[in-house]
Amino acid sequence: MIPAPFEYYKANSTDEALKLIRDFGEEAKFLAGGQSLIPMMKVRFARPTKLIDISKVQELRYISLDGDYIKIGGLTTHRELEKSSIIIEKIPVLAHCAHEIADIQIRNVGTIGGSLAHADPSADYPPVVLALNAVIVAKSIAQEREIPINDFFLEAFTAELRPDELLVEIKIPVMKPNEKAAYIKIGHPATGFSVVNCAVKITLDKEKIEKARVAFGGFVTVPYLDEKVGEFLIGKPANIDTITQASELVAEGREVIGDYYADADYRRHLAKSVFVRVMKKALEI
Amino acid sequence: MRINLKINGENYELEVEPRTLLVYAIRELAGLTGTHVGCDTSSCGACTVLIDGKAIKSCTLFAVQAQGSDITTVEGLAKDGELHPIQRSFKEKHGLQCGFCTPGMIMLACDILENETDLKEDNLRRLLKGNLCRCTGYQNIVDAISDASMVK
Repeated sequence: MIPAPFEYYKANSTDEALKLIRDFGEEAKFLAGGQSLIPMMKVRFARPTKLIDISKVQELRYISLDGDYIKIGGLTTHRELEKSSIIIEKIPVLAHCAHEIADIQIRNVGTIGGSLAHADPSADYPPVVLALNAVIVAKSIAQEREIPINDFFLEAFTAELRPDELLVEIKIPVMKPNEKAAYIKIGHPATGFSVVNCAVKITLDKEKIEKARVAFGGFVTVPYLDEKVGEFLIGKPANIDTITQASELVAEGREVIGDYYADADYRRHLAKSVFVRVMKKALEI
Repeated sequence: MRINLKINGENYELEVEPRTLLVYAIRELAGLTGTHVGCDTSSCGACTVLIDGKAIKSCTLFAVQAQGSDITTVEGLAKDGELHPIQRSFKEKHGLQCGFCTPGMIMLACDILENETDLKEDNLRRLLKGNLCRCTGYQNIVDAISDASMVK
């Protein structure tokens, strides 16, 4: 399969990439790892006439600890994240999530910034970054801005990024000792894409749940933070009864997508069950 | 456009379009047909090569992006007529039936043996999920890679 022709531009720095996208406008796309973009171009769902290759911009490839945050450069690959000793120590759920993505070859090339900007509702990162309350840093030649993750995923395959912006960094709060997190994906057996995925981050105050962020993807067109479930959990004891009761609220009032392989009723049921498993995993009960 | 690719230590000056995928540059322009095209949709792993020591699917990378990197294909593994340890264990354990997926399996195995630490059978099977064997000859492939890891 051969993509439609395009003009190729290689950017050697963030500034160079941002100048090119300002000049070219919406007809251009950034090429990061290309593990979603190139397949889409091969089947011609995407036909950008200009590609700005940022895959060799080394300044966007880093993982660093800065106070209470881990800062991750947009071009950091999934394999780098899953193997990073800082991530494994400070935000282990993110290392686990990165490891769950596709296969070794794709993880060697695909980037966290590219995946988030692509905003695939079945991707692995969205529920995890929602649960972890990440901050997205987007940059254009004119300005740099921070986007709270709650405002980032707009529609299927559409994120809160302007045509001239590049997702340069993801900031994630470091896990504290009283915070527990987990992620589980039920993937389609052939494609690996999520039928349902769920991530939670629970803040404990002794035996009680002080705060809870519960996020889902896969069965909805936009990955989302389930605030009803989160609010229900607050102040409750961290035990199986609480989890079972909360699971009844999962996806309440949400439109659930279904297809030939997994219909909407099945996915809704599965989401409740996956939520229970994720909570038990996070709380180690 | 003209690009330079370094494949198995040799320089190839190739005339490509920006949209030329790496696997076609390797097979049709550089003439190295050991790397196969299976699904052409980054599912099957037959086109796996190493770029700077990391396994990638060469059907999902533009050739122009591989400039400046060290590309290794299955042809680059044997040295002075001696099979690479992974090739040898695929031969000894009969890690192939029709052989179509074999170059991709072997190149992925190179990455796994270099970069992964948990090579117990259940994990090894998970690590191989990006490569398909339509003969379903997985048992001997897993055995061959386990065997090569002992040698290493």
